[in-house]
Amino acid sequence: MNATRTAAAGLTTGWFIAVAAQAVAQPAEPERFGLGRPATEAEIAVLDIDVGPDGAGLPVGQGRAADGAPVWAQACAVCHGAAGEGGTAGPVVGRGQGRPTVGSYWPYATTLWDYINRAMPRNRPGTLTSHEVYGLVAWILAANEIIGEADVMDAETLPAVLMPARDQFVPDDRRGGPEVR
Amino acid sequence: MSKNSPPTSRLSRRELIAGTLGAVAAAPLAAQQQAVETTRRPGRGPNELDQRSPFVTPRRDPSPTSSRTPLQDLQGTITPADLHFERHHGGVPEIDPDRYELLVHGMVDRPTVFTLADLKRFPAVSRICFLECSGNLRRGSAETLPQMVCGLTSQTEWTGVMLSTVLNEVGAHRGATWFLAEGQDAAVMTRSVPIDKAYDDAMIVYAQNGDALMPGNGYPARLLLPGWEGNASVKWLRRIELSDRSFMTREETSRYSEPVGEEGQIRQFSFVMDARSIITEPAYPTTLEPGWHEIRGLAWSGRGLITRVEVSVDGGANWDDAELQAPVLPKAHARFRHPWHWEGGRAEIMSRATDETGYVQPPWEALRTARGPRTRYHQNPVTSWTVDDDGRVLFGVERLRS
Repeated sequence: MNATRTAAAGLTTGWFIAVAAQAVAQPAEPERFGLGRPATEAEIAVLDIDVGPDGAGLPVGQGRAADGAPVWAQACAVCHGAAGEGGTAGPVVGRGQGRPTVGSYWPYATTLWDYINRAMPRNRPGTLTSHEVYGLVAWILAANEIIGEADVMDAETLPAVLMPARDQFVPDDRRGGPEVR
Repeated sequence: MSKNSPPTSRLSRRELIAGTLGAVAAAPLAAQQQAVETTRRPGRGPNELDQRSPFVTPRRDPSPTSSRTPLQDLQGTITPADLHFERHHGGVPEIDPDRYELLVHGMVDRPTVFTLADLKRFPAVSRICFLECSGNLRRGSAETLPQMVCGLTSQTEWTGVMLSTVLNEVGAHRGATWFLAEGQDAAVMTRSVPIDKAYDDAMIVYAQNGDALMPGNGYPARLLLPGWEGNASVKWLRRIELSDRSFMTREETSRYSEPVGEEGQIRQFSFVMDARSIITEPAYPTTLEPGWHEIRGLAWSGRGLITRVEVSVDGGANWDDAELQAPVLPKAHARFRHPWHWEGGRAEIMSRATDETGYVQPPWEALRTARGPRTRYHQNPVTSWTVDDDGRVLFGVERLRS
């Protein structure tokens, strides 16, 4: 792609030289184009909502399963079932093979926080408070018997939760060539 | 496919007599009449926006989460923008371009906000490539259209700026190994992408077949990762964050990953779309007449060029090389064609693609053997169409059993 652009720039340069012998050749491409404006810390903070597997990005707040239970009943059960068994949306609770759940298929507990915070509930995403999200995450993890009912989830404890499926994840080993993988 | 009836013919007495005296069959007569009729009154004048003929009604097939390209209705390799497949996770946002911005931050020297106008001022590049959802296979019934078998693939001439140009502009750190791409839809879609892809061929695109992106395809700007599963080409792109680790988002952990093998392993970050093909005609619901037909279809590989497409008309016992329409482009749909004389009698037609790495599109059994029974994404098996004694063409469901 860059080669094509350079070739086009070269043609243009040639034309200039042919038409106006004194013309100075344009640089092929500058170091920088000087486009865009500096982003402020404040505006980055508004959009930078991701939570990493190391817990980076987790906000202040906390919750236990009991805190999440009423939120689950009110905001989640309609699609995922009262006990997380699934409904119009997939199951969240359980370890059964073949039905991906938090207990059987999620490698990081932090992903739960990130996803619920950014995209749930479906009909009003992004409206839950940090405390509500911590409570929901605790409720889901406890329902999957990954943490205890009394365990408090916060920015310290959540990244330390070891998910049952963590070690099942392997990198893609497909490389093309004759072998089917 | 047309649901519209042709306009009622209005014939002059002279044309009627001429037709009757000609004593020709009904269909040629109708054509003859129309060939004259349209010359007897002026047609519409120039307009602002052309529309398809009322007799041409290709339609995507929408479900609650996606809409599928009508592969059986298209020729060549470019998908009209309004027929490009859609897959989104929180609906299509309506974005005012004057209030659109892209934030690039994280491991960069200069966290920067770009307007749409900024993105368009960078050196532009156009590239033709396919975009395919990695969940692109339905095994359904014998009465399945190509659109339903694998209509979650489409091809576009995209225009935009190379992501590497933008990363150079913000001073990307050498230690950055991944970047997060985030959309501004209601799913706030996020995927982690290895930084090598940014320096290889990733783009931020704002045009689709020469026009602005369609809303369902990310207007006003989206990420484009040629050859990689469509979900990672995040639409309605609002933010790129550089990091030294992946972000382990939901769409790259519990989704868009696939169980492989017998020991419960789950393959992750399986971005590249393997080589694949499908015959788009003849296909269900066609009924063939004996005689010459052209078998036509599409073949593509996320790893580069398609080098060969073979066609069988006897269920895979014998294979012939199909013609590939030039130019064949890397990571792009290639059109293949193969003449076939159907004598009558049962037949099963199938295609098999090979790419420049030597990868050959596998039969279903080979995929199942390699990955185990619970495989779900990245299913690219050889598919077939069966022809019965009456010439009826049906989807070859038996090829995808087990």
